[in-house]
Amino acid sequence: MKITGAQALLKCLEEQKVHTIFGFPGGAVIDLYDEILAAEKLTHVLVRHEQAAVHAADAYARVTGDVGVALVTSGPGATNTVTGIASAYADSIPIVVFTGQVPTGLIGNDAFQEVDIVGITRPCTKHNYLVKDVNDLVPTIREAFHIARTGRPGPVLVDLPKDVMASKILFPEPQQVKMRTYRPTYEPHPGQIEKACRAILKARRPVIYAGGGVILSNAHEELTELARTADIPVTMTLMGLGGFPGTDSLSMGMLGMHGTYYANMAVANCDLLIAVGSRFDDRVTGRVDAFAPHAKIIHIDIDPTSISKNVKVHIPIVADCKHALTAMNTWFARSGEFNGKAEKENHALWLQQIKEWKAAHPLGYVEKTDVIKPQFVVQKLHELTGGNAIITTEVGQNQMWAAQFYHFNHPRAFMTSGGLGVMGYGFPAAIGAQMAAPDRVVIDIAGDGSIQMNIQEMATAMQYKLPVKIAILNNNFLGMVRQWQELFYDKKYSATILDVAPDFVALARAYGAVGLRATKPSEVEPVIKEALATKNLVVMDFVIEREEGVYPMVPAGKATTEMLLV
Amino acid sequence: MKHTISVLLQNKPGVLSRVTGLFSGRGFNIESLSVAPTLEADVSCLTLVTVGDDAIVEQITKQLHKLIDVIKVTDISEFEYVEREMALIRVKAEPSTRAEILRICDIFRGKVVDVSAKSYALEVTGTCDKVQAMIDILRPIGIQEIIRTGTIAMTRASKKY
Repeated sequence: MKITGAQALLKCLEEQKVHTIFGFPGGAVIDLYDEILAAEKLTHVLVRHEQAAVHAADAYARVTGDVGVALVTSGPGATNTVTGIASAYADSIPIVVFTGQVPTGLIGNDAFQEVDIVGITRPCTKHNYLVKDVNDLVPTIREAFHIARTGRPGPVLVDLPKDVMASKILFPEPQQVKMRTYRPTYEPHPGQIEKACRAILKARRPVIYAGGGVILSNAHEELTELARTADIPVTMTLMGLGGFPGTDSLSMGMLGMHGTYYANMAVANCDLLIAVGSRFDDRVTGRVDAFAPHAKIIHIDIDPTSISKNVKVHIPIVADCKHALTAMNTWFARSGEFNGKAEKENHALWLQQIKEWKAAHPLGYVEKTDVIKPQFVVQKLHELTGGNAIITTEVGQNQMWAAQFYHFNHPRAFMTSGGLGVMGYGFPAAIGAQMAAPDRVVIDIAGDGSIQMNIQEMATAMQYKLPVKIAILNNNFLGMVRQWQELFYDKKYSATILDVAPDFVALARAYGAVGLRATKPSEVEPVIKEALATKNLVVMDFVIEREEGVYPMVPAGKATTEMLLV
Repeated sequence: MKHTISVLLQNKPGVLSRVTGLFSGRGFNIESLSVAPTLEADVSCLTLVTVGDDAIVEQITKQLHKLIDVIKVTDISEFEYVEREMALIRVKAEPSTRAEILRICDIFRGKVVDVSAKSYALEVTGTCDKVQAMIDILRPIGIQEIIRTGTIAMTRASKKY
């Protein structure tokens, strides 16, 4: 029996085990929405802005480890997804975005709500497609999901002309996707693994530098095993947080621009840097020539372009992190090298040195009794959720305080727009995360500036009864830019003062949510407790120290050892 | 250093723009570029000439390979190879220079492909350097128009990769 393109698409979603999609309708996708109404196994979450649909799909993918899906209409619907797609691309998050398109006969005619979204998103998708023939529809969708979830994951966009959705086809039998031009390398080269293991045996001052690839490939257990077997201290990138237990004695927390003093010192002084699923981003390296200057570098990454892109690598391993780490653990187990105490003792001096750095400059802040410190709020959130919440963030100071003070022990619990740095990511991401994990506590740690970039999604959270908690660290500033202006631009606060702001408590109530406010440190705990006990969307407005800064800080372009400390 | 890179790609709409977008987006140079179908109907061969140090060329080849529609990337400059470029050159031809132009054309084994009262159009094929040399010699006589194809290249059979 022949079915329409729209029906075939929904069948494809079922085949891909997609249960939830995030979207917003429009003229070009009206045929699809007509079918969605009847699709019993599919939950469609109606967002209030297309950007939010993509961020929600992104977080859904991060929590579940599978592909997130968004659906929008042509023209403005499609262009509104670009920020979300670019963010997912920068963070290697597997999503598939379906965009409506004008009928094939009108493409190129500047038709109403027509835009060349395939052209626009070419540089910020892993791949994209325009389906001009309904016979290509199903194979294309299968390919799109395959590309999104394999290799280095990423966003794939599929553009769907309206007439293709209405045309009829016989649904092709399920088939495994085989592509002539796309075969990612999962298995590491055994020779490189041996070289890497021998380098670890020889090292006196090794450091593991773990990135988002550890989370994406579910390699946290293998990473933990390697670190503990060989007694190697671990530092993580923003995207890597949760890839190694943050409260473990071998954890040095985050490195880079707002990393810990001891992590940056350890990297600057190490003799072996083991980069796992990380990409030597400028926010991590600071001045490149001063980054790990004495170290031999091992780099495990599934994407060959990441290797030796910014920093020259000595032992490259192109592979999936999980496979490579498993191979290394097996090598050590077989060789029995770390059975004796000798190598461990070699690292003991090094661990002692790191301990001393940590004691000299621990992660901290100046506590006050009359004003709420943002770091205190994050610490309290950690304490009162037992460290088990899913945390999303916006971008700026709120993001860095969350990264520094919520010591993530588990992977897939921290969602942040790391590479692109999207203000307005956190709240829609919290919606996506809550859809993926209905029983978890999901908290968006936000700033008063960034929360306003997608605040319309309160309606979405209310409609689907999602008990997301928003913790606004409210300083009436665009805080991170203000901090740069304070430090490097003579305190000229150009366009960073948010004098006019909504009453967030009243705004929450206007949407039917719960609004709570804390203005004194003593009110922080009761507010969080009340929020956690409330089965509803809650906005917590924490009025914080206005000019609090994020420290340590490595000024842009400086070496990571040139940190400004608290 | 100059590198000639050969890229086999799926002949699909938008593929060329993926390649050129990669170069413009990442700030790589393209000196010349030429594309045409191969023996396989759905596969095209793109030859491009770029300039960069080893690290940049390594990135270029890796990034090209990362494109989903790209089948194979070869830095031909690493092998023994032949390269050719063709140019059409229209030169101002006056009674006093006509013989000289034909002599130069002959030296470079070019051909006259169009003649008018006031000009010759010459066709020349060879390495990029040879084509450039002919242009340089004709320039004082008065070149009116040049169209070049860009380099195409092929590895030698004896050094097949």
